[in-house]
Amino acid sequence: MNDTTDPKIKIEARGVDVFYGEAQALHGIDLDVNANQVTALIGPSGCGKSTFLRCINRMNDVIDGCRVNGNIAIDGQDIYSSDIDVVELRARVGMVFQKPNPFPKSIYDNVAYGPRIHGLSQSREQLDHIVESSLKRAGLWAEVSDRLSASGTSLSGGQQQRLCIARAIAVSPDVVLMDEPCSALDPIATAVIEELMEELRKDYTIVIVTHSMQQAARISQRTAYFHLGNVVEHGATQQIFTNPKNQQTEAYISGKIG
Amino acid sequence: MTEFSQTDARKAQLAKRYRAETRFKAFGIGAICTAGLILLFLMGSILISSLPAFTQHYVTLDIEISERHIDTQNLADSDWRGLARASLRAQFPDVQGRRDKRALGKLLSLGASDDVRDYVLANPSSLGTSVRLPVTFSDDIDLLLKGVIDRELPENERVVSNQDLAWLDQLVAEGRISRKFATKIFTNGDSREPELAGLRGALVGTLWTLLVTLLASFPLGVMAAIYLEEIAPKNRLTRIIEVNINNLAAVPSIVFGLLGLAVFINFFGMPRSAPLVGGLVLALMTLPRIIIPTRAAFAAIPPSIREAAMGVGASRLQVIMHHVLPLAMPGILTGTIIGLAQAAGETAPLLMIGMMAFIVDVPTDVTAKATVLPAQIYMWANNPERAFMARTSAGIVVLLSLLLLVNATAIYFRKRFEKRW
Repeated sequence: MNDTTDPKIKIEARGVDVFYGEAQALHGIDLDVNANQVTALIGPSGCGKSTFLRCINRMNDVIDGCRVNGNIAIDGQDIYSSDIDVVELRARVGMVFQKPNPFPKSIYDNVAYGPRIHGLSQSREQLDHIVESSLKRAGLWAEVSDRLSASGTSLSGGQQQRLCIARAIAVSPDVVLMDEPCSALDPIATAVIEELMEELRKDYTIVIVTHSMQQAARISQRTAYFHLGNVVEHGATQQIFTNPKNQQTEAYISGKIG
Repeated sequence: MTEFSQTDARKAQLAKRYRAETRFKAFGIGAICTAGLILLFLMGSILISSLPAFTQHYVTLDIEISERHIDTQNLADSDWRGLARASLRAQFPDVQGRRDKRALGKLLSLGASDDVRDYVLANPSSLGTSVRLPVTFSDDIDLLLKGVIDRELPENERVVSNQDLAWLDQLVAEGRISRKFATKIFTNGDSREPELAGLRGALVGTLWTLLVTLLASFPLGVMAAIYLEEIAPKNRLTRIIEVNINNLAAVPSIVFGLLGLAVFINFFGMPRSAPLVGGLVLALMTLPRIIIPTRAAFAAIPPSIREAAMGVGASRLQVIMHHVLPLAMPGILTGTIIGLAQAAGETAPLLMIGMMAFIVDVPTDVTAKATVLPAQIYMWANNPERAFMARTSAGIVVLLSLLLLVNATAIYFRKRFEKRW
């Protein structure tokens, strides 16, 4: 699964501190994310991996009392600098959440919403095309093509999550962030989404938070192990899982802690 | 699996638990039944006492519409009253003397002249002919015919004299008495004569007032709620504002009336007794009742929907307008309509700004003098004439029906806009 060619660095985090009020959630995170790879963030609950993920599209901005120090750059551009518009950033960095959260609108409108507000289509045909191709890439088209006007909430959990993925990629982002996307799904739906990620990484850079060690091992090229707000170890997934350098990482991966 | 060990102590404990549950259920059912019975009694007694107000007795007279009584050049100002009384006197040729003639004339309502006039104005061809026309009885005769006034009482204890009874019995024997639905209660404004007093003025006044209330409080309330809940930073200042809005909901309503008098009438010089001022005063009172449920409706929208919208790059305004507001709409509408229903039943603040007044005309705009339904009910209740008792109950029935209608609308809108997710 490892790419042999030297990959390009897409996201570069340097010295990222995050505070929720007085409490510090992240301590000087340094982490590189390679383009067109799946990077898995693992670690016990409360270790700060979701917090870090939400820094990448500045989703933490809306939390009262949340403060972010340090630098995160995407393609060399600091996303926390004042000339970055957060709305533009979130169009470039899509997100899929832990719980499937389709809008209570039709399947079509769910996918078309992003392109509509960003003015990505000039005509109805173009919009139809974006919706169709996004649903196809999310592997949902065959199941819903005959009922695009049905409510997004009428789908099953796995279908809803793929709808959310279609919604995220409909605005053609560079990066897709996934926050435990399979934790609410059964193993079959999980397998479908994992296959999808392998497919999607050809075009997107994917960062995924997961609690499942096996999932991280199956789908990711690189893995970062978070513990108490620090990155304890990061490197190629194969190396982390077979030959961890840090004792803590080994203990967590082998199931002794966490 | 081991058997359930049913020792005596355990059995007794179980029986006690079951008894406690049964007792608790019985208390609950008892509470509901008591409340239901009280409500039923209240509604029933109001409905029954309002029934006489919805019908009215008429006497059919042969009326000769000749130039002896009316001026064909000026129909509106002719002596219609004289014509009506003369037509009644024609039924009793033996009645002589001023006093008896006057007493006979008093069997008819003051509105009898309007009955004749309206007929002639609507049928100009009847001029110079003789027509049979039902005209309105006075309130006392009407109540006697309805059995509300007991004719068996000694003469000095009832308002209808023996002479009146004799005339009435003759009219009954001739088959000239009819009982019809009292349309005047819905078509007339207020009057000193109970058989002519109607709710139209108060109903229209209530509608104008509520319109002003809605237009003033809905946009203000919803905008304030959106700003406080979605946009404002959560700091000391917004917390103080929040606490004060909650306090505002608990301010006695008469205080709003005083405020309205001081600010709208004395400072801004708006007209007294007008739905404009009444509506604004009630809007002040309704504001917290819209803001609080609107904020609750916003807070009840799951954060996942906001995150989803932000995740695809919606701006803060787009998140609110495209997602949160539509989902919160049922809650907002319910709060607004219940707030309006409360405003519709309010009298105290209107007392201060002169809407508790005897106003005959039906208001035509928001600056005309007007009264509202609850004020009308209160004023009728204060009238000494017995027939106003039934009118008062009828007013309550109409007010309650209006409120029921408003609440039904609230339920309809909530169902209509409700979405699943």
